[in-house]
Amino acid sequence: MSSAAAKKERPKYLSLPALLFEIRLPLPGWISILHRVSGLLLFFPLAAWLLYLLDASLASQEGFDRIREHYLRLPVAKLGLLLFVWAYSHHFCAGIRFLFLDIDKGLDLKTARITSGAVLAVSLAITAFVAARIW
Amino acid sequence: MVNRVVTGAHYGLRDWLAQRITGLVMAVFSVILLVYLLSQPALTYASWKALFERGWMRVAALLFAASLAWHAWVGMRDILMDYVKPTGLRLFSQVLCLVVLAVYLGWTIQVLWR
Repeated sequence: MSSAAAKKERPKYLSLPALLFEIRLPLPGWISILHRVSGLLLFFPLAAWLLYLLDASLASQEGFDRIREHYLRLPVAKLGLLLFVWAYSHHFCAGIRFLFLDIDKGLDLKTARITSGAVLAVSLAITAFVAARIW
Repeated sequence: MVNRVVTGAHYGLRDWLAQRITGLVMAVFSVILLVYLLSQPALTYASWKALFERGWMRVAALLFAASLAWHAWVGMRDILMDYVKPTGLRLFSQVLCLVVLAVYLGWTIQVLWR
């Protein structure tokens, strides 16, 4: 029986093109995978970068001025900051949503879709707000 | 019976629960810090330095860093278990994660108690 199952051609649904173009994730699925992506980004490199900023800005007046007046005015640093803001707010909001799911709140399809949309919208709105503030 | 492997999960409620509790700890700290910073008129070096010299702030920041290390370890281990199949490579990646998190924790302590 196992050999018959092994011979049977299996659809390779987890190939990269399938993931990108064939599988259409429902909204809660997007929240879940983005929670994972944002968590990975926060682990590395964002946590290291923020620790560097904290270290340099607390070390001395010169360090504080350098970070504030020069470093964080670079477009690439601003983009990094925005990436951090998005990743942190998404991970935060999606995390709160998962905590509610863990205690069996919001499990029905309609509510799950609404809260997913809210997570996506709130984190993007916070990112847009910060983007407007730093540019 | 569960097939126990050294690079697998720890087959219990502990890490799952720890990830949620540490997440909550970090969420509360983030909100308090954000509200505090937004309520400050203008951030200067003196007020920034004074903030991180307060005893409660140092303890809270250390608690945050320790929560982050535990939380990120569970999360990274889950990611590696899902995508990295060869045992040797998975073990190497997991050790690398632990080393990185230990460096973060040490760096945080060094920044807070300078």
